[in-house]
Amino acid sequence: MGIADYTFYAFAVTILTSGLMVTVSRNPVHAVLWLILAFLSGAGFFVLLGAEFLAMLLIIVYLGAVIVLFLFVVMMLDVDFASLKGEVARYFPIAALVGLVLLMQMSLLVGSWQAADGALALRQAPTPDPDQIHNTKALGLIIYDQYFLVFQVSGLVLLVAMIGAIVLTLRHRKDVKRQDVTAQMHRDPAKALELKDIKPGQGLG
Amino acid sequence: MNEFLQTGLGITMLIAAQSLLVIGFVMISLIFLVYADRKIWAAVQMRRGPNVVGPWGLLQTFADALKFVVKEVVIPAGVDRPVYFLAPLLSFVTAVVAWAVIPFNDGWVLADINVAVLFVFAIASLEVYGVIMGGWASNSKYAFLGSLRSAAQMISYEVSLGLIIIGVIISTGSMNFGAIVAAQDTGWGVLGWYWLPHLPMVLLFFISCLAETNRPPFDLPEAESELVAGFMVEYGSTPYLLFMAGEYIAIFLMCALISLLFFGGWLSPIPGLPDGFHWMFLKMAFFFFLFAMVKAIVPRYRYDQLMRIGWKIFLPLSLAWVVIIAFLAKFEVAGGFWARWAIGG
Repeated sequence: MGIADYTFYAFAVTILTSGLMVTVSRNPVHAVLWLILAFLSGAGFFVLLGAEFLAMLLIIVYLGAVIVLFLFVVMMLDVDFASLKGEVARYFPIAALVGLVLLMQMSLLVGSWQAADGALALRQAPTPDPDQIHNTKALGLIIYDQYFLVFQVSGLVLLVAMIGAIVLTLRHRKDVKRQDVTAQMHRDPAKALELKDIKPGQGLG
Repeated sequence: MNEFLQTGLGITMLIAAQSLLVIGFVMISLIFLVYADRKIWAAVQMRRGPNVVGPWGLLQTFADALKFVVKEVVIPAGVDRPVYFLAPLLSFVTAVVAWAVIPFNDGWVLADINVAVLFVFAIASLEVYGVIMGGWASNSKYAFLGSLRSAAQMISYEVSLGLIIIGVIISTGSMNFGAIVAAQDTGWGVLGWYWLPHLPMVLLFFISCLAETNRPPFDLPEAESELVAGFMVEYGSTPYLLFMAGEYIAIFLMCALISLLFFGGWLSPIPGLPDGFHWMFLKMAFFFFLFAMVKAIVPRYRYDQLMRIGWKIFLPLSLAWVVIIAFLAKFEVAGGFWARWAIGG
């Protein structure tokens, strides 16, 4: 066993343990923290496969943005953990049933897995050849040259989803005081200050 | 000796020794940076600054660190213990780990990987977890609000940092720091570096670095008047020391990033003078001086102003710049001024 094998098993143990802990953690914030560890181990696998670009992207996109939002939401939740514990026993039979169905479906899928003709050959000798070209460049060529239209369309779909989310949640409230940045920046002492000569004993009245 | 270094044990020991060298450099720099920060700050405000411990107060930081280490660790009631102690460790470790890919001279780098820029960026995006975990685990409203502010701020400015770095990557055609510095070696000295073709973005990058590292004028997470000390308010002694050390190491890392990406790293500013580590170090020290000056002379921003600058000004500007750079580089405008592969950089 070389150092790569040891690293592989280390990552494998971490990803399985943290995956398990995500599901069994009582505290949802702990679950999300375990999820972070699971994603980091996943990035480690990508590095071992020689796909370091994907590994970095996994960390930047998922850990840097998605999970942070998860964590924000979960931390804000007002959950009563004691009452949750009691409900586990109540819903266990249904959960077990759903889990069993999922497990059967997955085993059916694995059992009837059929690879297309030539898929194995393609997997063993991918184009472009990883020895000839750096994987970042290869990925760029495939995405931006070969599948340019598909990539752009999927970007458009994401944009539509983003605009939709903004439109759904944006509401202009008229009854709250808002700061007008332009007006604030164009204020000068002449407009903001007024000097008054106050007579003693009279005040501003 | 050479044969020993070819064996597995030899390679492991060599890597460990190199790592220790880099960590040692970072830690010693850190100690004197804290001192320099306080001295510069004091000089601007016409105070003396630390001047009692050691000659000119040089050993003040050692005294402070010792004080933190020997203090009792006070654990507030109701904290989430594992997360509470994991948070400072995480923020310290992530700050140190990023140095693994930072080169100090031609070939002086621990891990010469192809995606070095992305690695630094990925580690920087992990730094936010130390902040969030610290604030949440402290079981305090002030710490929690401070951590939310801090995390939102770090995420917002990561976006513009990333887009500005993409411009540099487009100009170079590589994500390796060695290649980025080599592309700035045009024989023109200081005029060949990326600060000139990427001029508006250098300023944006510097300001984004200030916000990303929670430095003044964007130190809202620890705005003393509103949130006491932000997410670290419940921390004391060594965990607090780890938070502070992590923060300063992250600042120094940003100085190294600015030097490498826009100011030629270890290249000499005057053609003919020898390149080397001293230039890299001088540039990093200079940018730290700028960080310290900004802290001393710029008043703190309001939180909504900070968010407005990040999302409504920096993000569109840097995004537009990426598009402009892509065109300038693709069509090799001005003889490859923006496309360094065209002029053999």
